[in-house]
Amino acid sequence: MSATEIKVGTNYMQFIYKFHETMEQQKLQLVYNGEVNQSITKAFVSLAEKNLDETNESLTTKRRVYHVMVECLQNICKHADDPVTGEPDIPGSGIFVVGYNENAYIVTTGNIVSNERIEGLTHLLERVNHLDRDELKKLYKEQIKQSRLSDKGGAGLGFIDIAKKTGNKLIYHFEPVNDVSSFFILKTKISKS
Amino acid sequence: MEIISIEATDETPAVTLDASSNTFDFSGKSLPEDVSTFYNPILDWFDSYSLNPNETTVVDFKLTYFNTASSKCILDILMKLEEISEEGNSAVTINWHYQEDDEDMEEAGEEYADIVDIPFEMMPY
Repeated sequence: MSATEIKVGTNYMQFIYKFHETMEQQKLQLVYNGEVNQSITKAFVSLAEKNLDETNESLTTKRRVYHVMVECLQNICKHADDPVTGEPDIPGSGIFVVGYNENAYIVTTGNIVSNERIEGLTHLLERVNHLDRDELKKLYKEQIKQSRLSDKGGAGLGFIDIAKKTGNKLIYHFEPVNDVSSFFILKTKISKS
Repeated sequence: MEIISIEATDETPAVTLDASSNTFDFSGKSLPEDVSTFYNPILDWFDSYSLNPNETTVVDFKLTYFNTASSKCILDILMKLEEISEEGNSAVTINWHYQEDDEDMEEAGEEYADIVDIPFEMMPY
């Protein structure tokens, strides 16, 4: 992937306008790219809470959007890797996007992961995507009993919990970056209820 | 015994643990960056409490939100309470409070009740 160089000037102004137009067309409410730490996480969830409070969404939808946002932001914060070394990079950086359509809210994250983690992540995501609600509940209970908090403070429950709460498949993609790392994109849909 | 009294913040719950007044309360939301730093002292407190618990121990959870890392810590607390109950020195009950229309929080309580062998009172409000 090559990034288009943006020079400050007319082109840059046009880029900003196009960027704005694209966000409007894609109904993106929030786009952030950069380091994700606890204060960023809290700022975004409180912004989302405020925006959601102004909508007619059900409390369940609001709570689930909030929940998925926290899990996704904490995933970037705790599980992003460095693109060059492939080593954990805490607090991590990535892209965080919240959009919506008539039927759902869409939370998408993207962050660097070491290529060594692709197999494990794919295995877990595929496993979660092939389970129905009762099976997810069962897996959640097994996992919460067995798991020990990692030194990063994760319980390994995030994907299972998101799938269980949203009832939707987790859509993901690994975009190769270099020999050691890839850009991991995860898209979560929260259906309006 | 030492009293734990922690005020709620926008990322951690209010916690009151006071054996002398038989008050064991958790309320608010829980999404701290580092769950161990917040929950380890609480688990340690229950370890000390288990040496000489009250005849009855009623623990109130009135949480509005918790992240998955916190959910593990909550289970650790409940398992500690299960131990206290199994040792036979205290009758342990959990009051699981949830907003009436919060089906996810209700389900979370039901799941914990399935995992640990102590009675849960489900208390919608």
